[in-house]
Amino acid sequence: MNIHEYQAKQLFQQYGIAVPDGKYTTTSEHAGEIAKELGGEGWVVKAQVHAGGRGKVGGVKLAKSIADVVNYSQEMLGKRLVTIQTDSFGLPINSLLIEKIYPIKRELYLSILLDRSSERIIFIASAAGGMDIETVAHETPEQILSVAIHPAAGLQGYQCRKVAYALGLKGPQHKLLQNIMQGLYDLMLAKDASQIEINPLIETQSGELMALDAKINFDDNAVTAHPDILAMKDPSQEDDKENEAQKFGLNYITLEGNIGCMVNGAGLAMATMDLVKLKGGQPANFLDVGGGTNVEKVCEAFKLIISDSNVKAVLVNIFGGIVKCDVIAEGILAAIKQVHVSIPVVVRLEGTNVEQGRALLTNTGLNLYASEDLAHAAEKVVALAEAA
Amino acid sequence: MSILIDKDTKVICQGFTGKQGTFHSQQALEYGTQLVGGVTPERGGESHLGLPVFNTVQDAVNTTKATASVIYVPPFYAADAILEALDAGIKLIVCITEGIPILQMLRVKAAMSGTGALLIGPNCPGIITPGECKIGIMPGKIHLPGSIGIVSRSGTLTYESVHQTTQQGLGQSPCVGIGGDPIHGMNFVDVLSRFQADEKTKGIVMVGEIGGSEEEDAAEYISQHVTKPVVAYIAGQTAPAGKRMGHAGAIVTGGKGTAEGKVSALKAAGVAVVNSPTDIGATMKSFF
Repeated sequence: MNIHEYQAKQLFQQYGIAVPDGKYTTTSEHAGEIAKELGGEGWVVKAQVHAGGRGKVGGVKLAKSIADVVNYSQEMLGKRLVTIQTDSFGLPINSLLIEKIYPIKRELYLSILLDRSSERIIFIASAAGGMDIETVAHETPEQILSVAIHPAAGLQGYQCRKVAYALGLKGPQHKLLQNIMQGLYDLMLAKDASQIEINPLIETQSGELMALDAKINFDDNAVTAHPDILAMKDPSQEDDKENEAQKFGLNYITLEGNIGCMVNGAGLAMATMDLVKLKGGQPANFLDVGGGTNVEKVCEAFKLIISDSNVKAVLVNIFGGIVKCDVIAEGILAAIKQVHVSIPVVVRLEGTNVEQGRALLTNTGLNLYASEDLAHAAEKVVALAEAA
Repeated sequence: MSILIDKDTKVICQGFTGKQGTFHSQQALEYGTQLVGGVTPERGGESHLGLPVFNTVQDAVNTTKATASVIYVPPFYAADAILEALDAGIKLIVCITEGIPILQMLRVKAAMSGTGALLIGPNCPGIITPGECKIGIMPGKIHLPGSIGIVSRSGTLTYESVHQTTQQGLGQSPCVGIGGDPIHGMNFVDVLSRFQADEKTKGIVMVGEIGGSEEEDAAEYISQHVTKPVVAYIAGQTAPAGKRMGHAGAIVTGGKGTAEGKVSALKAAGVAVVNSPTDIGATMKSFF
């Protein structure tokens, strides 16, 4: 799960990590008032969307007057922001963060994340802040330092010193950095974050360290244990269909093709998409209906798939293991009738009682094709989508 | 003896009296697994499916001498269950549960380090040695005792591979589902090394997917140590970056963990990588 920058900064403050003075708003009038209240001579207006790369596409603007703050806010609110991290529709800008500008001496990079290959929480730091860290890692790997934390020992002082020296920090700044690192580590553990990124972490002219940006991802498996984090969820930043799917325990991801896919199991669902592509088609979605395939779930899955007007044909691919194929076939038939699916549906069943299952799906009077094998089913659905 | 489990392996079930535990224990008993009891706190002394129920894993181990445990407890209790099995001296812990918080698994893995106990999963179908012992949720009927070792991050793609190798008449030596979570127990290399050493296993099917770098590590290992034919399939070639594809571990981030990278690493290691998941069985057959 993702949250907005302003929410991440609220969490930072709870964990003693300094952030610029600022406030969040949903109107341009209030934006002006906030700037006045903050005082100073310059402000930044930041679009609150769940995506990076905002600065390059007008989602972050520097204002030199209160009038500019109001104008920029008006321009941004209600628009959709398309960045390199969003799809071509972008994300709606419903709120803004207005912050005071600080004189920057240097821009640094600091993040904490779960590294799956070492099975450790690691810090990544670089003196090359403000840039895309993956580009830095690729082009100048010597500018990146990573430090792994043993779960039993926790974060140690020497590890903070190591990062401080690598970032070129001096004297009292070491203590400031240690506080930030400890804050990030505590926040990560307390709230089950999977990644927290500060890019840039700025060194101000007066030598202070401050999180100019803040990005936090939370572990979806753990978020139900944190009602305060769940309350930060902003459905406007997420795909409607993906949200709807979650309610029914379905894993759904919208893609841009025209062949709907319904599969049991995440791996098989990915493989089915790949196979559609291999046969010359384009999958419209990833959809894993899970292990216990029942009529209600299959109905909801069909509803989701056909609510996408791009979808011209549907491929259902179920490996019936413990749930027998004839039971699955009955479920599919009931769902097609109940949801009034009129576009062609190709069904590939395999597993226990497959013959009975296939027999149930033939001569149904519906726009339904039972397929002998998966390769054939993929070819068939691609042909049907092209003909539509 | 087959690797990891065989007809003599004594197994207990944690979460024995729950819905999942009950259903899959019945299936395991029908398959012939030496399931010798189960654990549900506060239900010790009862009998379930004709087997004894214990309050703790230690009680179960003391009485039954079980060496393997299968876990069907809910996600927020599963890390505790794994650690309880570890503490009681269980040598093979199979955790089926999906949705365990990742930070909990991080601590579990650190606690297991150096103990010699093995963990399969979580978020996996389990392990089966066809005709001998089934520990997990895989449908027993599709398996055929034979010579192909199967290792996979995905449940249903394991079943596809099993089905195809059964149809080709090759059958399977152990099939191990290592699970779809980013932090988990045995990895590809752990299983591949056992397949290479196992006399019964003549060929290996490896099913990977996007995310992480275990397939790349496996490729490195195969090029150095594996002499048996390996057929691989990598799922997620059309998956968009930054999206979690069902499995918590199936995500491409920062250009890392792509299907492309994994396929080329495996090809460079001499692995027969198939483009279509429907070609796994036939490609393996071509080696025999």
